[in-house]
Amino acid sequence: MSAVLEVTNIKKSFGGITAVSGVSFDVHEGEILGLIGPNGCGKSTLFNCILGQLTPTTGEVRLDGRTVTGMRPSELNRLGVSRTFQLLQVFPKLSVRENLILAGQEHQGSMTSRLFGRSDAGLTGAANQMIGFFKLEHLAGEQAGGLSYGQQKLLDAAMAFMGGPRLVLLDEPAGGVNPSMLADLKDRLVAINREKNATFVVIEHNMEFVMSLCSRVMVMAEGRVLAMGRPDEVRANPAVIDAYLGH
Amino acid sequence: MSANGRYLRIAAGLVVIAALIAIPANFNRYGLFILSQWAVMTIAAMGLNLTLGYAGQVSLAQGAFVGVGAYASAILTTHGWPLPAALGVSILTSFIIGWLLGYPALRVQHHYLAFVTLAFSTLAFLVFRNESWLTGGIYGISNIPRPHIFGFATNKPLPFYYLCLGSLAIVSLAVWWLIRSPWGRAFMSLRENPLRAQSLGVDTRRYTLMAFAIGSALGGVAGGLYAPLTQYIDPVPFNLSLSLDLLMMVIVGGSGFFFGPFLGAMIAVLLPEWLRFTQGYYLMLYAIAVIVLLIWSPTGILGILDRFLANRRTKTASALRAVAKSRLETVQ
Repeated sequence: MSAVLEVTNIKKSFGGITAVSGVSFDVHEGEILGLIGPNGCGKSTLFNCILGQLTPTTGEVRLDGRTVTGMRPSELNRLGVSRTFQLLQVFPKLSVRENLILAGQEHQGSMTSRLFGRSDAGLTGAANQMIGFFKLEHLAGEQAGGLSYGQQKLLDAAMAFMGGPRLVLLDEPAGGVNPSMLADLKDRLVAINREKNATFVVIEHNMEFVMSLCSRVMVMAEGRVLAMGRPDEVRANPAVIDAYLGH
Repeated sequence: MSANGRYLRIAAGLVVIAALIAIPANFNRYGLFILSQWAVMTIAAMGLNLTLGYAGQVSLAQGAFVGVGAYASAILTTHGWPLPAALGVSILTSFIIGWLLGYPALRVQHHYLAFVTLAFSTLAFLVFRNESWLTGGIYGISNIPRPHIFGFATNKPLPFYYLCLGSLAIVSLAVWWLIRSPWGRAFMSLRENPLRAQSLGVDTRRYTLMAFAIGSALGGVAGGLYAPLTQYIDPVPFNLSLSLDLLMMVIVGGSGFFFGPFLGAMIAVLLPEWLRFTQGYYLMLYAIAVIVLLIWSPTGILGILDRFLANRRTKTASALRAVAKSRLETVQ
């Protein structure tokens, strides 16, 4: 299996505090990798280093074998790395459909073609398809800011998939989503993973969700990798139970 | 939007355009001057509405760009250049300076950005006043000629008003095109959530610079027309108070609404004239009117309309749902 993402010895310090201290791992093509660990263990900082939102103090990030460390988030996104956010990050005054068109428009054409081309960048069809896929049809024309928390969470995920990404980093997609919608969300994620051959890395605290969704799980504690393996291996690992899962 | 609503809006638009063409034909010189000023200020406010209303970048320098455009146009036309060519230079100069002024916006936002642009505004004023070799200093530039457009002289007030109105029409179409293009959507993403925009591939740096440059270029267009309108310019009209006036036009009209600047400029340019009969009180009444409006509707005049339409939509939608529900119950 080839690696989509290779992270080598990433360190990130803020002044005297080291948030991530030497993390290395690979993400295989087509897998869903879970990333768990107690609050403050550096998961989100690691995400931000990979995604170019933070520049790592040391270390290297490679995408399909190409070094992308320190690249701007927008460039990285156009290379096929997408993300969702822990807190709601939609465009509240734009409609659901406009949110999705925006999420796809920068992945095609040039600045010039976007200025003189079609208003919807030819993406209304794709946006409607995504809306249908996430069962948001009845909300397509509504302002995103008026949606419920769970619906905005779904929209946030849908936006991450609009550009047809190779790799998606999801930061707590299940947080604050009710159980019935959660089952739906998991279905959608699995379907996109299989059909579109997209690779996922998922940060999540909901153990049931992580253990049933992911093929491998990486556990972090105090800025380091504590364990990496299949969900059942990780669950049985004494160090992990000690640091995170509890007895 | 229903087809009926669309036809109604197109009809209303045509009536307004016809009125703007036909009614002023009987106006006196002063009335035409005020209306021409409205058209020119609307163009400048549309530029600021693009930078501030759509892209969310605060600027207190739009008046300075009107000044840049006005001086470029005045200097060149008094040296025998035709106005369209001078206007081209006005646009290009203010576009480039606007682009450069966008760089601070990549680092600072909101109040801090307001201060950076305020400093630029002061700097521009000092250049207009002190660089006499270029700008005529405090004596300004006089005898600015009015152009011949396709052989038509625009010396008289009415033809010049039509020139301003025509320019406003062209600028409006261009801005309409821009905001409904993917660029407009990207500008709004800067305003709504730049962090999310970045992670969706939006090159926020480039769009921010473009928002500043295009908004400033429209200030330059307005300035390029302002010079032949007044036929005399000095540094005073382009000081900070013009930037604040333009900001008020955008906010009062409705920031981020296409027609906001038209209404805002109408209130800022025409309302003081209409209130003239109150003599000494007109500025006070004007100030009170603005305060009351902004307390009532912080989103400006078009904000009121927008809320009204949204309410009506919600009511219609819930009525439709109720009908559908009762039908369903009858069937069962």
